Amino acid sequence: MKIIVCVKQVPDTSGKVAVNPDGTLNRASMAAITNPDDLNAVEAALVLKEQTGAEVIVVSMGPPPAEGMLREVMARGVDRAILVSAREFGGSDTYATSQILAAAIDTIGVEKDDIVMCGRQAIDGDTAQVGPQIAEKLGLPQVSYAAEITKDGDSITVKRMLEDGYMTIKVKTPCLITCIKELNTPRYMSVGGIYECYSKPYEIFDYNTLKDHRFIDKDTIGLSGSPTNILTSFTPPQKGAGMMLEGADKATCEKLAGILAAKHMI
Amino acid sequence: MDFHLSKEQEMVRKMYREFAETEVKPLAEEIDEEERFPMETVEKMAKLGMMGIYFPKEYGGAGGDVLSYAMCVEELAKVCGTTAVIVSAHTSLCCAPIFEHGTEEQKKKYLPDLCSGKKIGAFGLTEPGAGTDASRQQTTAIKNENGDYVLNGTKCFITNGNVADTFVVMAMTDKSKGNRGISAFIVEKDFPGFSTGKHEKKMGIRGSSTCDLIFEDCVVPKENLLGKEGQGFKIAMMTLDGGRIGIASQALGLAEGAIQEAVKYTQERVQFGMRLSQMQNTQFQLADMECRTQAAQHLVYAAAMKKQEHGDYSKEASMAKLFAAETASDVTRRAVQLFGGYGYTREYPVERMMRDAKITEIYEGTSEVQRMVIAKYMGVK
Repeated sequence: MKIIVCVKQVPDTSGKVAVNPDGTLNRASMAAITNPDDLNAVEAALVLKEQTGAEVIVVSMGPPPAEGMLREVMARGVDRAILVSAREFGGSDTYATSQILAAAIDTIGVEKDDIVMCGRQAIDGDTAQVGPQIAEKLGLPQVSYAAEITKDGDSITVKRMLEDGYMTIKVKTPCLITCIKELNTPRYMSVGGIYECYSKPYEIFDYNTLKDHRFIDKDTIGLSGSPTNILTSFTPPQKGAGMMLEGADKATCEKLAGILAAKHMI
Repeated sequence: MDFHLSKEQEMVRKMYREFAETEVKPLAEEIDEEERFPMETVEKMAKLGMMGIYFPKEYGGAGGDVLSYAMCVEELAKVCGTTAVIVSAHTSLCCAPIFEHGTEEQKKKYLPDLCSGKKIGAFGLTEPGAGTDASRQQTTAIKNENGDYVLNGTKCFITNGNVADTFVVMAMTDKSKGNRGISAFIVEKDFPGFSTGKHEKKMGIRGSSTCDLIFEDCVVPKENLLGKEGQGFKIAMMTLDGGRIGIASQALGLAEGAIQEAVKYTQERVQFGMRLSQMQNTQFQLADMECRTQAAQHLVYAAAMKKQEHGDYSKEASMAKLFAAETASDVTRRAVQLFGGYGYTREYPVERMMRDAKITEIYEGTSEVQRMVIAKYMGVK
């Protein structure tokens, strides 16, 4: 059994966000971190590894310095890592990225018992599209927004967290699951894991590795092959501070109704 | 000297920093206030390999190096002096002498549980009448008819004393030989005749356990003699050399933590219509604090690297501890001064850091002892 986890190195948007004149993120000026939701996916995979003895493989697409992030993920207990990296892949949007990652995952091989896991979305683009698109490309059943995962034989029960409630779904392997932060708390790297991570298997899939794969069409990868065009990007204005009314008495309710009425909301 | 950190050392520092900020810092004030040993933190550190950082994997260690251990104590001390000394005493004063002087059987028996943090270690040298003058040991170890040793006496000020499972203890096997009559033993807390005394109430590092060890006809099996009979004093002094790197790292971290707090506070606090950080006195104070602390870091890392390379690092360890400890006291005191009245209250962490810093000038060899060691290595008689 294998668990293949997609991870992405993203700029740390908790600090100051820098934008290039063309509207894209100025990644060079921001600290690089592992996408938070992806760490939840890694943690879920490591928990399943502890329960089943599965091999956990991480796959990332990005420039060569992303190796540092992949080593850190291996220091948490992941068995091996693959970096998909080539100039031809640069500038890919979610559509192009999904094709390339699907080709990489298919090259590793998805067998009957295997699971592919992704974070729900990356904090740079916030699209939540790559995981589902990979599933479509690979023809795998997908369950998004996993807040709880239980494995029993070849079936997996996933509790999905949606805006208005929970939905529980049972799915058979192989499948793809996207994970949210409510799923778990990612573990720290361990000292022993850190001193081992540079001797764990690490591979680069470049253009030559993947170019003959059926998902790879040079007209639909990279910046030129990406259908997404960024028209403009801007920092949205900050919302004003909310108002809190405390109390459950009639007077408070009347005050609330008064405020809403004054704004013509009721 | 090359201070370029390896990729692993950079990564391990990042992990310690995240762990310290997330798991250790939020408890620092509480464990100080309540004088509570943070066992939950020890359990978390154990899972991450922080209780056996530089010991080989075959003995349950994490396979790291001495510098990565020093950085661990440093990062912990930035936010909590107590947590830092728990790791330091456990590693330097108990795991290290067993690793360096133990037989293969002793290493296999004791190190895996210590390095994995299942058991906590401590070290018993100091006695009421044998502090800096450690050779005046009154605790005796007399061989019985089975060849085992019967220990009698009291040790005091033992860090981790009330929580430890395994102790490296010094006792006189032959009083007539002076220093050369002292031997080292591995003592388990469940050995009959062994007990611990009351918790000492301290000025700083108040969450750490400090107590007496009491030996009343405590029988220690002969296979628990560490090294040979008569080598105890030498083992103790070598152990303290390593311990000084740990305490120097603790002092370094306390100084760095106080600087971080002072930089943050002085950029926020406004008096006379300007931020304190805009005033020249503040800038000069912080610059001096930073310089001394950076210099201390160089000494500490140099000592750690020399120990890693198996050189004679006694002088380097003493210089690191002397300078880092006096820097910690100076820097934390200046930090309190920059905070003014707020710095004297428990609302801010700098008064705790100042209380924690003082002990680094005292334990595991006072600053005066460090000067004696350094002068000896300089050939000054």
